[in-house]
Amino acid sequence: MGVSLRVSLFITCYNDTLFPGTGKAVVRVLERLGHSIEFRPEQTCCGQMHWNTGYLREAVPIIRHFVEVFRDAETIVIPSSSCVSMMRDHYLKAAEMVGDAKLAADVAALLPRVWEFSEFLAKKLGVEDVGATYAHRVTYHTSCHSQRSLHLNDIPLRLLRKVRGLQLVPIENPQECCGFGGTFSIKNADVSSAMLADKVRCVLNTGAEVCTAVDNSCLMHLFGSMHRQRTFTRTVHIAEILASTAEAEPWDERFPVDLPVSVGGTR
Amino acid sequence: MTPPETLAESRQNFPEAARELLADSQIRKNVRHATDVIQAKRNKVVAELPDWQDLREAGSAIRAHALEHLDHYLAQFEANCTRAGGQVHWARDAAEANSIILGLIQKHEAKEVIKVKTMTSEEIKLNAHLEAHGVRPIETDLAELIVQLGHDKPSHFVAPALHKNRQEVREIFQREMKLPELGETPEDLCAAARTYLREKYLRIKVAVSGANFLVAETGSVCLVESEGNGRMCLTLPDVLISIVGIEKVIPRFQDLEVFLQTLPRSATGERMNPYNSIWTGVHEGDGPREFHLVLLDNGRSPILADKEARQTLKCIRCAACLNVCPVYHQTGGHAYRSVYAGPIGAILTPQLHDMKDGRSLPYASSLCGACYEVCPVKINIPEVLIHLRGKIVEEEQKTLGGKLGLWNIGMQAAAFLFADASRFSAAQHLGQMGQKVFVSKSGFIEALPLMLSGWTQTRDLAALPKQTFRDWWAAREEREEKAR
Amino acid sequence: MTDGSRAAILASIQGALGAAADEAAIAAEYDSLPRAYKRIGTLDGPALLELFTDRLLEYDAGVYRADTEGIGAKVGEILKARGVNRIAIPDDLPAEWLPAAFDFVKASRFTEMQLDKVDGVLSACTVAIAETGSIVLQNAPAQGKRSLSLVPDYQLCLVFAAQVVETVPEGFARLEATKNLPMTFFSGPSATADIEMTRIKGVHGPRFLDVLLVV
Repeated sequence: MGVSLRVSLFITCYNDTLFPGTGKAVVRVLERLGHSIEFRPEQTCCGQMHWNTGYLREAVPIIRHFVEVFRDAETIVIPSSSCVSMMRDHYLKAAEMVGDAKLAADVAALLPRVWEFSEFLAKKLGVEDVGATYAHRVTYHTSCHSQRSLHLNDIPLRLLRKVRGLQLVPIENPQECCGFGGTFSIKNADVSSAMLADKVRCVLNTGAEVCTAVDNSCLMHLFGSMHRQRTFTRTVHIAEILASTAEAEPWDERFPVDLPVSVGGTR
Repeated sequence: MTPPETLAESRQNFPEAARELLADSQIRKNVRHATDVIQAKRNKVVAELPDWQDLREAGSAIRAHALEHLDHYLAQFEANCTRAGGQVHWARDAAEANSIILGLIQKHEAKEVIKVKTMTSEEIKLNAHLEAHGVRPIETDLAELIVQLGHDKPSHFVAPALHKNRQEVREIFQREMKLPELGETPEDLCAAARTYLREKYLRIKVAVSGANFLVAETGSVCLVESEGNGRMCLTLPDVLISIVGIEKVIPRFQDLEVFLQTLPRSATGERMNPYNSIWTGVHEGDGPREFHLVLLDNGRSPILADKEARQTLKCIRCAACLNVCPVYHQTGGHAYRSVYAGPIGAILTPQLHDMKDGRSLPYASSLCGACYEVCPVKINIPEVLIHLRGKIVEEEQKTLGGKLGLWNIGMQAAAFLFADASRFSAAQHLGQMGQKVFVSKSGFIEALPLMLSGWTQTRDLAALPKQTFRDWWAAREEREEKAR
Repeated sequence: MTDGSRAAILASIQGALGAAADEAAIAAEYDSLPRAYKRIGTLDGPALLELFTDRLLEYDAGVYRADTEGIGAKVGEILKARGVNRIAIPDDLPAEWLPAAFDFVKASRFTEMQLDKVDGVLSACTVAIAETGSIVLQNAPAQGKRSLSLVPDYQLCLVFAAQVVETVPEGFARLEATKNLPMTFFSGPSATADIEMTRIKGVHGPRFLDVLLVV
């Protein structure tokens, strides 16, 4: 598109704490494409965990805080489809619940500027080839929110197909939930584990080394089981694949696996 | 052994009931097979219709409109049905409905009645009431017959016996129909049912049915079925008693053109089910000479008051949401311990009990949204689930026990942290330090305390990275600042 | 009878819903409900009959054709192929439709128990829907009461080409004038899938179905 945008990154509370590598990857990709990133340090959380668990009133101040922090941001990019779906599906409803017309108006003004990372690349920037190289056998997990709420359809697949050296393998039963569902994974741990077992079997059947998705929540769930079973398949967020180049693959101190060390860049 | 009636009766919550059912491989295998088959058929016939989304939209709007004016349409239905020779009775609750139905049966001195499958009669426990008063109800729907003869409970409202395989059915029929030589193929089993039931249809004078739709404009009743047992019960006996929830009324005859497209395709994956019967009151020389319709409230009308949850009553009982639900897929219907299982059960059951029973059911979902996607009347089940969770939390917080419970404390603490970035950041640092005691040599957490142990039962958790994103960014900014 | 309950239930509903709208407002709201679904078919005569035939064949129904003059002879042919002889008919079924050499008995002469003993039933219909392969019978001329097409094990139904419509909404439009009559929609023979999802035909209703299309 040519124009250099100033992108405000909402890292999300769980990525910030558990998957900082995904944030770094988003920064890397967008800077490589010629855009600049700002990170507003006042940001915290989108409120989904409270809202979905039924702590509706408690979610409102968290929502207000988000709206306040990003009020004047031109473009907000979020590497998490579940957080974006929280905003698109529930923020207005939350404002209506507390009868706050101003909040509702602020939300309505903000939403058009909010993007999930992969849809930002494909729809806003009109880019599918981000100059990535990642020579691995990869399968893509369709998270429920990405499909049923954001209707990303095949955007992530189109992005992955343009990654040099990447061998994309389709997965069976993509429409079936992995069983995470936030607090569901704890409140209904047995059923969640049963659902997870089915999903992991589908992942392993692809023979892929890497399972990717647009949500680290699902990936954390999948890897939780695959690591427990000591399988060889890893999970990597799509941003980290897209950030990968011939010189440097995503590094992540968590994995006790030998990965090429990043050359140059910041660490 | 008959499974328990409700979660309260079994003294379990859904997670506990689910754990029990997860241990039953036979049921799990049968449920998987059945739901996979129906889903595949459903997807195929839905794909054939380019106007499927328009049909859903119309169906949703018609049902919502009917509910918004339910009193008007029920009164209209009653007037028209009565004008055509039918008799309409109103039952506030299960006890009243049972009393009315038993009274009618006793008036005709019948000792046996034939029944068409109806979940509504399961809801009010009609069979137990009749048996307690010396009336033998005979189920004629094959699945209900299997459930009845097997002293079991239905697990799915379109295919109530889908948790049974053919060997199990054969054993039941051999024993109860006294057919020791009975073959094992589905054909043999159906032939046995046909013979067993035919003489009953021709002999028994009173029938009890449910209905799929009540048409206000004409006072008509519509029954959707496959086997023909419905037609038998609706036309052969002298007396027909239909028990129907008040929410099943639709405005006009023409509206059936929408539902008779979406219901068969959603429920059994067919373009049209084999038989639909529509009758209005009584008709001289054709069918029963006496028709009684019992309108049942039993907790439905209060649901109308809740604007968010009202859409629950749009349900046309197709069970597509059960078939697609990944939770139901694992546990089957008995884990919900209710007549209404699956996603719709998770929102309907607690509401019918005024949120006093089934309180764990709204949490029996990962909010994946597959149910909403397939619902032919666009009930936004995930939205209603969250709404009900909100009601449950609000109620719990009114009690001291609820306020001091681990979940509430944890959630309040989290909300406190999320309100301010410096608090949140401090908590992250605390976590990075505090986790050390849980992290194994490999850098993973394999056991977490208290309620978080649910995660680590079957899953590892990677340790928190040494540096959060925000700290990395702050450090980078500082470096760039220095470089300038 | 249950007047107290009636009042209580209606009061509960009204209390839950709030202010009631008047009839005119309700009717107006009803008329403005979205109906963007397909309401008129696009297939012409021959294509329509072909679609209908395909659907019937999928149900394992026998499908035959005849012109108006040839009905009687064709009925004879069909019944002979099925190996049946004693056929119940609605009292007012046109005599020209009945071939000799078969035993046709008027339904009014039978109790339901006796109907169980005939080989089959022959009748006309009100309307047929091609898209779903459905036939609608009502208690109307040449169709008879409902048990007539229910109890016997074999059903032969006459469908005139002009009675065939493409879509379900068109079917309902045809039924609008006689919507108060008891009616039955048939779409294939009776079936169940209650045992392991295996579809078995013919549980209680007629197990065998033939359709004679009169073009």
